[in-house]
Amino acid sequence: MSLLQVDDLHVSVGGEAILKGLSLRMEAGEVHAIMGPNGSGKSTLANVLAGRPGYEVTGGAIAFKGHPLGQEEPEARAQAGLFLAFQYPVEIPGVSNMEFLKAAQDSHFKANGQAAESPVAFMRRVRTLADSLSLNPEFLKRGVNEGFSGGEKKRNEILQMLLLAPTLAVLDETDSGLDIDAVQTVAAGVNRFRSADNGVLLITHYQRLLNHIVPDFVHVLAEGRIVESGDRKLAETLEERGYAWLAKSG
Amino acid sequence: MGGVFAAELGLESAMSESPLDLVDQEYRAGFTTDVEADTLPPGLDEGVVRYISEKKREPAWMTDWRLAAYRVWREMTPPEWAHVHFPPIDFEAISYYSAPKSLQDGPKSLDEVDPELLRTYEKLGIPLHEQEALAGVAKGGNVAVDAVFDSVSIATTFKDKLKAAGVIFCPISEAVQEHPDLVQKYLGSVVPQRDNFYAALNSAVFSDGSFVYVPKGVRCPMELSTYFRINERNTGQFERTLIVADAGAYVSYLEGCTAPMRDENQLHAAVVELVALDDAEIKYSTVQNWYPGDADGKGGIYNFVTKRGACLGRASKISWTQVETGSAITWKYPSVVLRGAGSVGEFHSVALTNNRQQADTGTKMIHLGPNTRSTIISKGISAGRSQNSYRGLVRTSPAARGARNYTRCDSLLLGDACGAHTFPYIENKSPSATVEHEATTSKVSDDQMFLCQQRGIDPEKAVSMIVNGFCKEVFRELPMEFAVEAGKLLEVSLEGAVG
Ligand SMILES: Nc1ncnc2c1ncn2[C@@H]1O[C@H](COP(=O)(O)OP(=O)(O)OP(=O)(O)O)[C@@H](O)[C@H]1O
Ligand SMILES: [Mg+2]
Repeated sequence: MSLLQVDDLHVSVGGEAILKGLSLRMEAGEVHAIMGPNGSGKSTLANVLAGRPGYEVTGGAIAFKGHPLGQEEPEARAQAGLFLAFQYPVEIPGVSNMEFLKAAQDSHFKANGQAAESPVAFMRRVRTLADSLSLNPEFLKRGVNEGFSGGEKKRNEILQMLLLAPTLAVLDETDSGLDIDAVQTVAAGVNRFRSADNGVLLITHYQRLLNHIVPDFVHVLAEGRIVESGDRKLAETLEERGYAWLAKSG
Repeated sequence: MGGVFAAELGLESAMSESPLDLVDQEYRAGFTTDVEADTLPPGLDEGVVRYISEKKREPAWMTDWRLAAYRVWREMTPPEWAHVHFPPIDFEAISYYSAPKSLQDGPKSLDEVDPELLRTYEKLGIPLHEQEALAGVAKGGNVAVDAVFDSVSIATTFKDKLKAAGVIFCPISEAVQEHPDLVQKYLGSVVPQRDNFYAALNSAVFSDGSFVYVPKGVRCPMELSTYFRINERNTGQFERTLIVADAGAYVSYLEGCTAPMRDENQLHAAVVELVALDDAEIKYSTVQNWYPGDADGKGGIYNFVTKRGACLGRASKISWTQVETGSAITWKYPSVVLRGAGSVGEFHSVALTNNRQQADTGTKMIHLGPNTRSTIISKGISAGRSQNSYRGLVRTSPAARGARNYTRCDSLLLGDACGAHTFPYIENKSPSATVEHEATTSKVSDDQMFLCQQRGIDPEKAVSMIVNGFCKEVFRELPMEFAVEAGKLLEVSLEGAVG
């Protein structure tokens, strides 16, 4: 049973076809990188996996851990272990990060029939995680992403991933906007997260990240489909030659 | 518009009289309750006023004061400037006095209180038995409670401890007997009988409420609290609260309100007066959860309340904090008259409306003395088909040199069928005064909802978290136990608000 299996997926947004026959298969323990030109549909794929309203599946199928994903609410998918690190994390003013994280974890625990963790133990664990991502503990008291810099928001996404320990983490350009040191910090976090039981779908524009998080597969998404797949060498080729040669050969 | 609004302040003469309107038969519906009650038949005339005064064995000055108010009220008409809509109230269909029979001679101690009543309060989570309250102390609570059931105050806890500190905290009916000098001096000194239609009515028929006096230099050793509950049908509740903080005194006072679900509308027309002398501070917090009516707007409390504080002394301070989630209609403007030099007025408000609720609430900061300061933070949340208005007046007189006001009004909309409105009035007659006003309107965005859901949080919980976050600034002002209660209340009040 694959961790994720996407077959001939067609997705429309606002009546416009964005994904046009996308297929992808991931096994547990694998890291897949997805690269591709702006507007090719990478975030659309991430959102449709997470069940975001407004993304209409017009054809094909998605299976997550062997279960077909159809009308499941986003929170049900999340509780089942599907995590999305947002390309543009939104702010929720006044809701403290700590409170938000606790609500998120509680919902996961509850769905799995687990008792909620005591606030003290929880806070200690969150602080340790924040520290490992060089996030000042002060950020935990602030509103969710409220007044965070771009890089701080991205690190906050990784913090949430580490806390919720999903089985599939979709990271949508988590490296964009990170300084050189932060890329390494985030990469270290992802590498710590990697295990034989989970998978990472890494959407990125930069082969630089793939030096730190070494992917098992690299795919190129263009015009709503995977047009090329390979190993990490493909990323290096793309860095040198761009995407134009693929369009021609495809 | 400012002029019309000012009428409620008693700064303009009463408008012309209009005939009292049709009798709503529905309103006369009978009642049944487990507590035997002594209820006056509906209707209001001088005889009713005298009856109430007599029931309470009031001295002549009190009776005369009521009668004067009654005569003024007869000449007045209900205010119509608020952004709320409802059929005219038939004041002849309301009963102006209802007392549980077993309390007719007033409870001497808690042991004499009808157990049925005590159970009602227990259901509401209000500890009336001192033992229970003491158990609350062990958990960190320290609250003396006065409970008002329909028209009568039934128990005041922690009397002895307060007495030792010199603090007077008792039903106002008792204060009229025991502390007539204080009552006579301050009653109506902040909200005069003729202040506005509902204040005049209250002055004529108020049945009970709380009285607090904190003597010079005393910091009240505990939070004081009153819980109001309307039980009987067809009764209006007209309680009167008077709080006086003498020079250098401090007191924090909490007010909670509930009412059972009734199909008909019930009137609640309270008056609260606060007086702060030199360097004194009064913190007044309200969590108002009167029955709001059902989803279609049937039933619910009409909450028409006059609350005003006078910072008489220099460097005195009065702050109002309110969380308003209940009532079919709320009409309420807790205000501060800043007379003493350097005195401070604050207003922190959360008003949430859902379904068909209507709220027109805000504050008035009247700067009379030099270097007076006021802060207004208002958070309005509208859901369903509700209408939520902030109405605020900031006035500075020529003598208010260097006065400062800062006002911020934030509105949060849930859905497309509700409304949020802001009516700020500024009347600045002091050239050296600074008056600042900021307003924002926002929606709970799809992106915020999706972020929460993607983290496993269900939409109801997400909305309540986002709304609580929006209100955080105000909740911070509440005493701890109340802040928790307020958060839960929002959650309950928002039920069904997520589409
Ligand atoms: N809500 C929407 N309504 C209409 N079109 C949309 C909507 N969301 C996305 N699109 C369009 O879908 C296409 C794919 O968008 P998507 O965000 O998936 O691209 P992407 O590959 O993630 O790009 P980038 O590298 O810039 O992040 C774009 O042309 C975009 O304009
Ligand atoms: Mg994208």
